Amino acid sequence: MQRIGVFVCWCGSNIAGTVDVAQVAQSAAAMPGVVYAKDYQYMCSEVGQNMIKQAIAEHGLTRVVVASCSPRMHESTFRKTAAAAGLNPYLVEVANIREHCAWIHKDKAEGTKKAIALTRAAVAKATLNAPLVAGESGVEKRALVIGGGIAGLQTALDIADAGYAVDIVEKSPSIGGKMAQIDKTFPTLDCSACILTPKMVDAATHENITLYTYSEVESVSGFVGNFEVAIRQKARSVDAKKCSGCGLCAEKCPSRKAKSEFDEGLRTRGAIYIPFPQAIPNVPVIDRDECTYFKTGKCGLCSKICPASAVSFEQADEVITQRYGAIVVATGFDMIELDKFGEYQYGQHPDVITSLEFERLTNAAGPTGGKFVRPSDHKKPKKVVFVQCVGSRDTSGRGKPYCSKICCMYTAKHAMLIRDKYPDVEASVFYIDVRTPGKNFDEFQRRAVEEYGVQYIKGMVGKIFPEQDKLMVHGVDALSGETVVIDADLVVLASATKAKDDAEALGRMLSISTDTHDFFTEAHPKLRPVESHTAGIFLAGACQGPKDIPETVSQAGAAAAKAIGLLSKKKLVTNPCVTTVNEALCSGCLACEKICPYGAIAAKTIELTNNGVKETRVVAAVNEALCQGCGGCTVACRAGAIDLKGFTNRQIMAEVDAICF
Amino acid sequence: MLLEEKTSQEQAFEPLIVAFCCNWCSYAGADLAGTSRLQYPANVKIIKVPCSCRVNPNFVLRAFQKGADGVVIAGCHPGDCHYSTGNYFTRRRFTLLMNMLDFIGIEKERFTVDWISAAEGSKFAAVMNGVLEKVHKLGPNRKMRDKRWKR
Repeated sequence: MQRIGVFVCWCGSNIAGTVDVAQVAQSAAAMPGVVYAKDYQYMCSEVGQNMIKQAIAEHGLTRVVVASCSPRMHESTFRKTAAAAGLNPYLVEVANIREHCAWIHKDKAEGTKKAIALTRAAVAKATLNAPLVAGESGVEKRALVIGGGIAGLQTALDIADAGYAVDIVEKSPSIGGKMAQIDKTFPTLDCSACILTPKMVDAATHENITLYTYSEVESVSGFVGNFEVAIRQKARSVDAKKCSGCGLCAEKCPSRKAKSEFDEGLRTRGAIYIPFPQAIPNVPVIDRDECTYFKTGKCGLCSKICPASAVSFEQADEVITQRYGAIVVATGFDMIELDKFGEYQYGQHPDVITSLEFERLTNAAGPTGGKFVRPSDHKKPKKVVFVQCVGSRDTSGRGKPYCSKICCMYTAKHAMLIRDKYPDVEASVFYIDVRTPGKNFDEFQRRAVEEYGVQYIKGMVGKIFPEQDKLMVHGVDALSGETVVIDADLVVLASATKAKDDAEALGRMLSISTDTHDFFTEAHPKLRPVESHTAGIFLAGACQGPKDIPETVSQAGAAAAKAIGLLSKKKLVTNPCVTTVNEALCSGCLACEKICPYGAIAAKTIELTNNGVKETRVVAAVNEALCQGCGGCTVACRAGAIDLKGFTNRQIMAEVDAICF
Repeated sequence: MLLEEKTSQEQAFEPLIVAFCCNWCSYAGADLAGTSRLQYPANVKIIKVPCSCRVNPNFVLRAFQKGADGVVIAGCHPGDCHYSTGNYFTRRRFTLLMNMLDFIGIEKERFTVDWISAAEGSKFAAVMNGVLEKVHKLGPNRKMRDKRWKR
């Protein structure tokens, strides 16, 4: 018979408010095998933990049940407590009477009844718990960072500085990401390129960092400490080793139809191109969909004029397989498409642009060379209207219900920059609310209004009508209740941010979850903000939710610290809850082998003596290093020969029985 | 039967629902429902399993045998399984079990398989409320109940 101790936590008033904890402890004391039951304010506190340790020693407890918060929260705490008292940590069970009981039921009598039932189930399960010993696995001392924007670069630099090898996989031909496209950054008005390019160079020249640009992650397998990743390096059609980066090919390419992704389509580029002057690597890439040679077999001009003979039309995609100990996802964000927002005339009228296009328009290296002119007739606009929350905080289904977080600040920045350079230009901003919670943010926005005279109008724009060379912006001033009409020359839309279109697919590949808007979900919103639910995979930057640059950089540092912590471990403790085969029952049908997603089960021949006759038989054998403990095979087994440690058939049945008591 | 009597009987019926939740999605979804203080009746009792594919049809039958009025299996959304393919097995296995339950006379409505992600606390509460509503309408499960087992 087991000697079970039950510890009921009040969690202050969190549990004690709706559950009669004393009664739970009293009922628990009468449950089979329970020799000690106690309730206490905070079981997770040092005093509470000492109480458990003491009881283990004093009462010779062989099993511990803690009725408290979710095991996802404190199971590991109580396991450590038990281990410190000399009890195998897997002999601890947690009954979740907070999240699954106290917090969802208002009626105290009902809540208490349910808490007792949950505790009874945990006691029943604990009775059958077996001591488990965790195995060990090694850690590959190399990290993978997916995404080469500011988040990825910062993460990679921090990990590399700690002495570990890092590979950056970037989808586009150059690292830099969205930050490279931005002209100035709020609230300091630093030149974005000036603070980013040194980081890009640092990453490119760091001895521990390898860049895979124009590359994508193709498949991921393995587990924490031992991921195996296949990276597809797309054919650049230019030999990076030979290319000197002179740019002659890009200059002479006769095809000029493709729109420059970097300049947000505001100018065209050649079929062979370097995305932007500071691109790293400074090696052109041929866009095979646009290239005349690839389309018709004629041309080949770039190949002829290249002084280094670096152009290689035959180059093929290359798949590189590499092992990693940790993976950081830093894939960033995109802006939403505005095709559902017909009222703003975006796409219909060239002078209605998005904020990111505006960044390029005002950038000295941008399509206009920094001259402030509007796209349609290259005249300087006199009145500029900014519309905030285009698709943000939108519950109509056209946009996104969340706040994109960065728009209030960059719109204030845009308006301020215009008024600073061209005091004769009028700038108006339509807004729902101005949200400026950041260091020096509110001061910045106030400066835009007070010092630079930017006109802020609280209200949304109903419709924009093009009239001759003007854009008539019809809006409502919600404060006065009057309609406002502005004859604008340029309209800038602060479109909402969204997760990358392929975020969900990447999430599936990595088995990390995404929220309803396809942003990656962190393991805990407050306490584990840079970890994913999957061990060894971390998150940095706007792929986890809308973020500005300082937040992204600090999250990148945090993700790097987590990755470094993992890589610095000599050994990792593996999950001991793996399957075992009862060879006496196994018929060797290997139905289990077929369904195992990890290839952890294989046939094994055993020798046995049957009535004095030696014979051999085939049975299933589990590779504990590969088994992840899903338990799918246990159900497939016809003979019931496979069982999952920690979640055995008998344990779950006992829980069912205890709940139905 | 008098209407009043009937209602008093219905009120007296407190169904028992056993819910098997996978550790990675649905159990976390239930935690989120708790953290968000969403209400669903106390009749639902959750058993944690590593993956919905760990649930043996025998567990479901055992629950019905021991007097459960409804059983729920909740896992990650198809394609989102922490173990890549576990919930596909769940889906296939329990489509079969559902047919079998129907065949032996247990109403299909007593048994639910649903996908609830870790971010769907509100869905967790909604599914549980929906299940209870259905089971309330059906009344107590008498078909497979072991008479010797008294709740």
